[in-house]
Parts: sequence; structure tokens; C-alpha cells
Amino acid sequence: MAFLFDLLIAFLIVVGSVFLLVGSAGLIKLRDLMTRLHAPTKATTLGIGSVLLASMVHFIVVRGAVSVHEILIMVFLFLTAPVTAHFVAKAHLHEHMRDGSELPPTERDSGWSTFDPGPGAPGESGTRPGPRGDAED
Amino acid sequence: MIGYALLFGFFAASLALVLNIWRLVAGPTLMDRVLAFDTMVINVIALIMFWGMQQETTLYFESALLLSMFGFISTVAFCRFRLRGDIIE
Repeated sequence: MAFLFDLLIAFLIVVGSVFLLVGSAGLIKLRDLMTRLHAPTKATTLGIGSVLLASMVHFIVVRGAVSVHEILIMVFLFLTAPVTAHFVAKAHLHEHMRDGSELPPTERDSGWSTFDPGPGAPGESGTRPGPRGDAED
Repeated sequence: MIGYALLFGFFAASLALVLNIWRLVAGPTLMDRVLAFDTMVINVIALIMFWGMQQETTLYFESALLLSMFGFISTVAFCRFRLRGDIIE
């Protein structure tokens, strides 16, 4: 039984380490930032979750008591990784703004929703006027 | 067996940290560096976990929790600074 627990802990540690490596290798292999965002926010989070599970099982075997710290760290990381990814993507889009002039006309009263306020939207939308330059404030 | 697995874990997390430092130095844009730093924080949390398992002590969980919180807060604050020019408006 102890051998089975050792096997489970070692398996979880190895799987988590491999996922950490894959996530960090994706950081340097992929092309630009919007594709690079996928590697750390998915693979690395999964790897750290596996490492925390291994630590939990290990301390259950060693101490005979369930520790809640790992669950706390796991929940915090799994909740904050998408928020971090969203913020990084938003800041990247904010840095590399296009003017939208390469887009075809929409043949409607309103422009493209990424660049112009949509129909019925409140006046405050983006940080720039649209491609047609008629963003009224 | 756990000792060998922990050795592999130390090796993998350290190699991941080296790759993140490479991206942090060579990243073409600013957000690349922020993302590499956030990944570095997660890898350091994994290292702390491995170290606590090797020492068989539960001392280091609070430090890992604090580090995860500080990493998240710093990343969000930096992105917000890039977006708004101000962290607290």
C-alpha cells in the first residue's frame, strides 16, 4: 500500500514537472504574444495543479492529516490565471492598435464593433475614434 | 522513488526558469516580459513545493501562497498601468 502511494506521488510529480517544462518551452517556441499566451496559462497552470496534488497526497501519507493550504493555492492559481491572461492580451492589443482602415465598409449605420460604438451603445466606448472618424462623444 | 521524482522535478522547474529568463531578456515586446515574469512566479511556487516535500515540512506553504498572490497582483497592476497610465485612479 505504501508502495502504491509512493508510485502515485512520483507519478504526479513527474507529470507536473513535464507540464511545467512544456509550458515554458512554449514561451520560447511560439511566434508572437497572442499565441505565446496559450502555453503558460494552460500548461503551466495544469502542471502546478499536479504538483500541488502530489504535495497534498504526500503530506496525507506522512502526517496522516489533510492540509488545506494546497487547495487554497490551487484554487487561487486556477482562478487568477485566466484573469492574468486576459489582462496581458488586453494590454498587448492596447499597445498594438490598428486604425481599422483595412476593413471593408459595414454597409450599416454603425462601424465595426471593435472600433466604433455599436448601435444603441452608450457614447463612451474605446480609446480612439473609429476608422471613419465620426465617433461623437 | 519519491527522491528520484523530486530530483527530476527540481531539474525540470529549474530548466523552465532558465527558459523563462531567456524570454524575459529577449522578449521583443513589453508584455512578453510581463508574461515571462508571471510564469517565473509559478515555477518558483513549484520549486518551493518540491523543497517542502523534500524537507517533509509544511513551513513553506504560506510563502507559496503569498508568492502566488504577489505575482497575480503585480501582473495585474502592471497591465493596468500599461492600459490606463495609472494603477489607482
